Amino acid sequence: MIIARVIGNIVATVKHAAYHAHKILIVQPEDPFGKPDGDSFLAIDLVQAGVGDQVLVLEEGSSARLLLENDTAPARCIVVGVIDHVDIEDPQEMEKTSKH
Amino acid sequence: MYLGKVIGRVVATQKYEGLEGVRLMVVQPIDHDQKPTQAPLVAADAAQSGLGDIVYCESGREASMALDEKFVPVDQCIVGHVDEIDA
Amino acid sequence: MQFGRVIGSVVSTQKDPKIMNFKLLVVRTLNPANEDTGSYVVAVDAVGAGVGEVVLYATGSSARQTVQTDAKPIDAVIMAIIDSWDIQGEVVFRKE
Repeated sequence: MIIARVIGNIVATVKHAAYHAHKILIVQPEDPFGKPDGDSFLAIDLVQAGVGDQVLVLEEGSSARLLLENDTAPARCIVVGVIDHVDIEDPQEMEKTSKH
Repeated sequence: MYLGKVIGRVVATQKYEGLEGVRLMVVQPIDHDQKPTQAPLVAADAAQSGLGDIVYCESGREASMALDEKFVPVDQCIVGHVDEIDA
Repeated sequence: MQFGRVIGSVVSTQKDPKIMNFKLLVVRTLNPANEDTGSYVVAVDAVGAGVGEVVLYATGSSARQTVQTDAKPIDAVIMAIIDSWDIQGEVVFRKE
């Protein structure tokens, strides 16, 4: 899983049956310190995440099919959790970030 | 399946149950000219390989099928030794 | 498997029911020279790893081959805590 931030919604009226009744979000990957890291992409929301939420995103096809309970779902990226907080406790990391 | 060269060894006493006694090697994936193709990774060793050996590896869930204990979280495994590359 | 260092944890209460009850750790990925690669992964812990520890993690469907993660939508699992590793006979990392 990766950490990402929800930055938008996609409205689509014509969609594959596997996507039916699911919200599609635009997510921006972030590092654990909240800095954008890489390009944004789309993910299916299963946890009622909203714009601005920091979320956990699964990026793997077979996990996506397990979550959607559909063996033939044409989907790979799923928002599986809204993050309350990320606790970074590694002293080596603290040292690095304090230098920034 | 891909070709690799064994470049190192990892020692880990605390492993997932079922991986006791399984050797973990650092493998540099290579092409047929023995040129590196990607960053090295760590593979379980099902073929008694040693440092410097040219080997072939399997990735994904199938990797664990080469081990005695098959239901283990292993995603790369050395499955054989290469004697000669004819390319 | 890939090298990583556990740098923290993720707390999430609003989760899909299929991934409840997992210890989710933030892992900074390392290259074989024990340098930061700049990328991170959130992985399930299957070996009792703690913050600061250098670990190996497996990805993809292999991550579901543990008792805890069997048939669960999990794509990365920490499966070993590293004591040491060497490259070409030179010790790169040794646990303190």
